[in-house]
Amino acid sequence: MSSQSIIKVMIGFYVVLFFAYLFGPLMVMSITAFNTPSYPSAYPFEGFTLNWFVKLWNHRAMMDGLVNSIIIGIGVICVSVPVGLAAAIVMNQIYHRARSLYYLVTVSPVLTPGVIIGISTVIFWRDFSEMTGTRGLFYKGIMLSIFGQASFISAYCLLIIMARLQRFDRAQEEAALDLGASYPQVFWHILLPFLRPALVSAAVIAFLSSFENYNTTTFAILADKTLVTVLAGEVRQGTTPALSALAVIIIGLSLFGAIAYEVVKRREERRSARIAERAKLAERGELAAGEAAPVAA
Amino acid sequence: MSRLFVYLIPVFVIAVFMVMAHFERRVAHDPTHRGFFDRNGTVLGIAFIALVAFWTLFLVVLPYLYMVQESFHPKLVAAERGGPKDILTLEQYRSFFIQPTDGEVNTTHLWAFFFSLAASAAVTVLNFAICYPLAYYMAQAGSVQKVRLLMLALIVPYWVNEILRAFSLRLLLASKGLINQVLMGLGLTDAPVDFLGNNVGLYVGLSYAYLLVMMFPLYNAVESLDKNQIEAARDLGAPWWRIHKDVVIPYAKPGIASGCTMVFMLSAGSLAAPQFLGGPKTLWFTSIVYDFFFQAFNWPRGAAYAFLLLAGCIALVMLMLRVFKVSLGETIR
Repeated sequence: MSSQSIIKVMIGFYVVLFFAYLFGPLMVMSITAFNTPSYPSAYPFEGFTLNWFVKLWNHRAMMDGLVNSIIIGIGVICVSVPVGLAAAIVMNQIYHRARSLYYLVTVSPVLTPGVIIGISTVIFWRDFSEMTGTRGLFYKGIMLSIFGQASFISAYCLLIIMARLQRFDRAQEEAALDLGASYPQVFWHILLPFLRPALVSAAVIAFLSSFENYNTTTFAILADKTLVTVLAGEVRQGTTPALSALAVIIIGLSLFGAIAYEVVKRREERRSARIAERAKLAERGELAAGEAAPVAA
Repeated sequence: MSRLFVYLIPVFVIAVFMVMAHFERRVAHDPTHRGFFDRNGTVLGIAFIALVAFWTLFLVVLPYLYMVQESFHPKLVAAERGGPKDILTLEQYRSFFIQPTDGEVNTTHLWAFFFSLAASAAVTVLNFAICYPLAYYMAQAGSVQKVRLLMLALIVPYWVNEILRAFSLRLLLASKGLINQVLMGLGLTDAPVDFLGNNVGLYVGLSYAYLLVMMFPLYNAVESLDKNQIEAARDLGAPWWRIHKDVVIPYAKPGIASGCTMVFMLSAGSLAAPQFLGGPKTLWFTSIVYDFFFQAFNWPRGAAYAFLLLAGCIALVMLMLRVFKVSLGETIR
């Protein structure tokens, strides 16, 4: 009994330590955002200020970078989600050994260091756009960042969509076909609605991964800037509490997002439980009616 | 002309793929089977194939091949490309071993290469040690509600990007940072400890950056283990460490392998933590690659180094998978 409680205390201690490691640095950084000294420090707390947020707002390069980051993020969603969907459907329809080769090619970008993806993207599009005379169209920081990031983010989307596609009941497709639907109709009216939650989470993940990517983007962005590359430049030059202020905003948004996600998820779970309950009742009713019918005849 | 040669490789791979698909279809003869275009409709079928082809060719395979090809060329200005000076050469790879300037052995870069791989391996082991207990606890002991809360708590810090996380650690570990303030306040040291200079910052930063990457595969692997197996081992009198060594870890091996592979590859390829947390004398291999691109403007040499890094990482991962007897297929699943 006593050894059990010692283990419990130790586990508790470990969990606390783990999360202190996880959150400690971020909390200290958040405090520096509100402290007055221009070298970011949490202690001693010399006075409360919101000045660093104003500084951040007036930082032109960062705001320009933010706009670029958002454009790239949307571009990546537009490329990666359709590609991930198509790739998942193809994956689902090919045979065993061909599938392994296909899997290797499509998942390799996930494991490749981002630096290498960035470099290879720049080199390829430099030569390719020169060869085809499309330099003005493709060889641009924003375009290359979209291509470079989409190369591995599409694989994330593929994995997310694939996970849901595997739970798709082929009987639904058969039923629709028997009722006279064409194949494209099955895709648009049965498969896509079924995959919708996965498509939404793929889009969210795609945007977030794109937004925070540094390794690939720092090469692919060429002479342009994204929020993260501007940040990297700032951190390299020195430290200012304005960076902490930015972190506070991001942490705030994340917390808000996490709570919203939890709420939506709970509501959805409750709803699907209710639907399942209703379906069960309806089925029971139908069965009862079916059993009653022969007796009546 | 020589540069167009790379297009033959994807053509060849696609041909192999088609043959494989065709062959397997005939072996697994199934009368109800419908062809790809039959099953999806012509328009959608073409759209799917086009999207996948665009991705795998233009975003994955061709860029890799171009990078490898670039690494076998000399450094040229744009006008010289395709001209008489545009020859195939091993000079970029040779420069990794022997300094082109003075003919000496290139110890700086060789050391940076081994240091990066060794440090990444160390970080991988460290992260496994940190994550395993919590992953086990969440997967086997926690209630559903608690696990979901813990998961959320794990994810939230990772929405803050890598640069800002490195920045936050720098604030803590700097000579004027909070940890040194505490240490000096307690009288443990007189002068601030140089955490960043002696690479403590680098290791902590890398470990911190990829904690989650280790956590999720571990959790997923341990979670599907039947609790009865652990009970049985305990009933048969196994001490706790033997339960982990002989029951849990063998079962979770694919998950452990995939977590370790990911953490290792990400650390070896990371740029932010070494740039912002590494000591002034520390040379991380990706930083060298970065400098070849942005300071020396020597893209072929940068490409050669990038390729060496990739090859080194893959070789080490394969070796480790072989040593621990895990197949690559299990890892990426």
